[in-house]
Amino acid sequence: MNMIRLSARMLLRDWRAGELHILTLALVIAVSGVATVGFFSDRVQKALVRESNQLLGGDLLVTSDSPLLPAYAERARKLELETTSLTRFPSMVSFEDNNLLTGIKAVAPGYPLRGVLKLADPPTDDTAIRPVRMAHGIPRPGTVWIDEKVMTGLKVTVGDKIEVGALEMMVTALVASEPDHSVGFVSMNPRLLMNEEDLAATLLIQPGSRVSYQLLVAGDEHRVAKFRRWIDDRLAPNERVEGIQDARPEIRSALDRASKFLSLAALASVVVAAAAVALATRRFIQRHLDGCAVMRCLGATESDLMRLYLYYFVMLGTAASLLGCVFAGLAQEVLSHWLAELIGIQLPLPTALPAMQGMLTGLVLLLGFSLPPLLNLRQVPALRVIRRDLELTNVHSLAGYGFGLAMLSTLFIWKAGSLMLGIMIMLGFLLAIVLFGLFGLLLIRLFLLARPQGSSPWSYGLANIRRRAIPSLVQATALGLGLMALLTLTLTRNDLLQDWQSRLPEEAPNRFLVNIQPDQQAALMTFFDEHAIVRPEIFPMVRARLMKINDQAVSLDDYPDPRAKQMVNREFNLSWTDTLQQDNEIVAGHWWKADVISSEPELSMEVEFAKTLGLKLGDRLTFYTGGGDFSATITSLRTVDWDTFHVNFFAVVRPGVLDNYPASYVTSFYLPSERARILQDLVRAFPNILIIDVATVIERVQSMIEQVTRAIEFVFLFTLLAGFAVMYAAIASTQDERIYEAAIFRTLGARKQQLARAWAVEFAILGALAGIFAAAGASVLGYLIGKYALHITYTPNIWIGLVGILVGVVGVTVVGLLGTRATLSEPPLLTLKKIA
Amino acid sequence: MAKHLSTEQSTLTNNSQPIIQAYDLTREVDTGETMLTILQDINLQVRAGESIAVVGASGSGKSTLLGLLAGLDVPTHGTVYLDGEDIFKLDEDERAELRGRLLGFMFQSFQLLPSLTALENVMLPLELSGASNAREAAQVWLTRVGLENRVKHYPKQLSGGEQQRVAIARAFVTQPKMLFADEPTGNLDAATGAQIIELMFEINREQGTTLILVTHDEHLSARCSRIIKLVAGRAVD
Repeated sequence: MNMIRLSARMLLRDWRAGELHILTLALVIAVSGVATVGFFSDRVQKALVRESNQLLGGDLLVTSDSPLLPAYAERARKLELETTSLTRFPSMVSFEDNNLLTGIKAVAPGYPLRGVLKLADPPTDDTAIRPVRMAHGIPRPGTVWIDEKVMTGLKVTVGDKIEVGALEMMVTALVASEPDHSVGFVSMNPRLLMNEEDLAATLLIQPGSRVSYQLLVAGDEHRVAKFRRWIDDRLAPNERVEGIQDARPEIRSALDRASKFLSLAALASVVVAAAAVALATRRFIQRHLDGCAVMRCLGATESDLMRLYLYYFVMLGTAASLLGCVFAGLAQEVLSHWLAELIGIQLPLPTALPAMQGMLTGLVLLLGFSLPPLLNLRQVPALRVIRRDLELTNVHSLAGYGFGLAMLSTLFIWKAGSLMLGIMIMLGFLLAIVLFGLFGLLLIRLFLLARPQGSSPWSYGLANIRRRAIPSLVQATALGLGLMALLTLTLTRNDLLQDWQSRLPEEAPNRFLVNIQPDQQAALMTFFDEHAIVRPEIFPMVRARLMKINDQAVSLDDYPDPRAKQMVNREFNLSWTDTLQQDNEIVAGHWWKADVISSEPELSMEVEFAKTLGLKLGDRLTFYTGGGDFSATITSLRTVDWDTFHVNFFAVVRPGVLDNYPASYVTSFYLPSERARILQDLVRAFPNILIIDVATVIERVQSMIEQVTRAIEFVFLFTLLAGFAVMYAAIASTQDERIYEAAIFRTLGARKQQLARAWAVEFAILGALAGIFAAAGASVLGYLIGKYALHITYTPNIWIGLVGILVGVVGVTVVGLLGTRATLSEPPLLTLKKIA
Repeated sequence: MAKHLSTEQSTLTNNSQPIIQAYDLTREVDTGETMLTILQDINLQVRAGESIAVVGASGSGKSTLLGLLAGLDVPTHGTVYLDGEDIFKLDEDERAELRGRLLGFMFQSFQLLPSLTALENVMLPLELSGASNAREAAQVWLTRVGLENRVKHYPKQLSGGEQQRVAIARAFVTQPKMLFADEPTGNLDAATGAQIIELMFEINREQGTTLILVTHDEHLSARCSRIIKLVAGRAVD
């Protein structure tokens, strides 16, 4: 027999008859929620990466100290990538009697490929805030754009002509900010921007000049990756390539966390949807019991019914998931339009992956959560056609839902992109279901003991809960799970997010001072005192190059990972200290004790850095410094919280070990931008000290956090929608019984209001149960996620409990009464006729 | 028409053979405390083409007997042969297949699938057995029961009498050898019930179907060739 055709026909008939609306609705919300979140976070994540690429001015930056091979740019263009070239070098710039060592950047059309160059008007005496405008293009030949430091240093303003090498060029604009200003601690103040065409005529570039030749590349992410693979194999030793991920650990860490937040939000809507699907299935089964019994009676075998429903649900799942994806496509488009404006970034086009994830989610949800109980339908006793009281025995088989949970776990692990996070969330929900079930059973038993007398709504409501003990439990658990997901999300959104934001304080250090000489320390502190700046902590630093690991010479060829290659290739900053910094944490080995002197110099490594280079505890590293070779053994690994923007080092040794090597000092402090002029005094007082401005980086990270917060708020709406679907499905799952019950009660003379009150009590109790479950579950889950996945300490708060119960009671009661309103208004005879 | 003839011929040739045989049919139910006997030692032989009325008070075991004879339920002990086959030696699926092949059903509550139209309800048993001409056959049968203008209506859009007509069409569309009817007029008013009974007996005669009818209705039972009266689970004469 052609079961597929029969299934398709039954599916169409059921759809036409409105039997599938709730299930389909739950599924479509789930899939469109997941896919919209997927599409959207895909786009936001891509945008965030691109946004942070603004710090480079492009997606990739190739740098060399000799002119780059034209083949590089050609290759990039062949891959349809945008390119532009830069030349950077330091040089003296003069105006009248003033000379100033300036970082010069000669740029070609197209610069910057990512981010914007902002120009400002020259300052007037009375205004601290000046309008900033976007630059169109680059300086025209014969003109330069300068920053404020050049302006004050040379005492020039817009319209003046300054000497740059052999050329005299007119200042036509003041640069407020450059996108690629402070990457990799290489920037030098002050800065001047000129057109590449003028470069030769300045005669500034001579053999032996310290020049960086750079190629900026931007475009489609896959092509960029392709280009990177291509060029990685061809780079000469004096050339290097960086993407944003290589540039700053702070940005990396922010991006990682952002993507975790977003996938967390997406997962919450999946859980909520799962509960909705499970509930809608319950109703579906109830309504199909008779049909199955009739079919059994008319000669259908168990395997006929099984195949019938398997095909049926695969078709339903596919159709609903497709529909969900279409909705998601539209929703994310609409959303991106207004959100892109809101968050001020251009969102790149999404990939097809989220649609596939959405489809898969739909099928996993439907097949995982509804098929196992559905397949029990085939065991419906045929005798039910004569004896309607014969029910299906194990509609809520644990094994059935176990299968769904297993499928969901797999999905979670995949979607979370982290085994740990996925497993944790799943175990959390699993444990929650078990505990909810047990606790709920206990409460319902208690209701059984407490039988209020009389005919108050309370006694009817309680009686209803008792009578529908198992369905009530299932409803409360599903509602509880939905609410728990919502609450967990609220926690992450508010508490966890706030926690993150507060870790990047308003006054995070935004200026780094490098190259402080040992004898300048005291004078520098006096300078801080004089300018009313809190004395910052100051750290010693010795520059060194890694030569050997366990007495084996280090070779670049040992590191296929370009990131590792780059780390090995560049100079290390070694520091020493007695005490572990507050934002560091030992994760392996031991920090040294001041009174225990070891025979071999000890070294503490940042754990991610060690991982990249394949270093472990006990490895002996040999460095070359200006003062000769030096060896130390790794005795501890530590994590560093880069978000704090404090001075931190990958490698730290015990004090005393590096006493005989040439050291300089480094520090960081917070300087509000309106006091930036102090820096001029600082430069004058300590001409050798290099000031590094990380304000831009901090601003970027802060704005990223803000964007992510908004994105999560949006995603939250979907979870909310899914939450309503759960409530609706939960209410609908007992709708048929309720309709019947209402008809009988009303026939017996019950007033509408009496019934409504009794149901309100029932809904309120269900809601309260769900709220208690949800609040407890969410607090635990929030704590665990904070601790293990996001590395943030979250303290559960009492409000969650109150809010959970309140939302549960009010939400379920309101939705429940709205959902049953029609039932109450119908004439009882009509209802009873329908049932018959 | 040729089909009708062949059916009648086969009924005629089998006329001497009982098509339903039940021996010592007993059904007990465990109430938790005691065993309750619902049906006790029923022996029954029904020849092809016969019509049997099973009568008795509520709770006398009428529906239980029907369920057992049709293989919808399993007896505590005893055997039932349908068309020579010992149905309780078959498993549940084989019995389902046998029902689809040999039996037609009518119920007090009609038992039409609410999501299917009249036509689709009649097509269902044929679709389940994989027959290729389901639509045409169903159409023919709906016309036969006088519902040719109601084929696209859903059960809830049909009156009780119309619903039971659909059920008659569904019962006969597979050309069963036996028809099991459980209080077919129980949900209908007297006039409609009479029409339905008229139609049912008429088609039954045409098709030469063996009829087992559970009913309270004395008029109805009087039209049957034999009456089996049940009192507290036992057959009395």
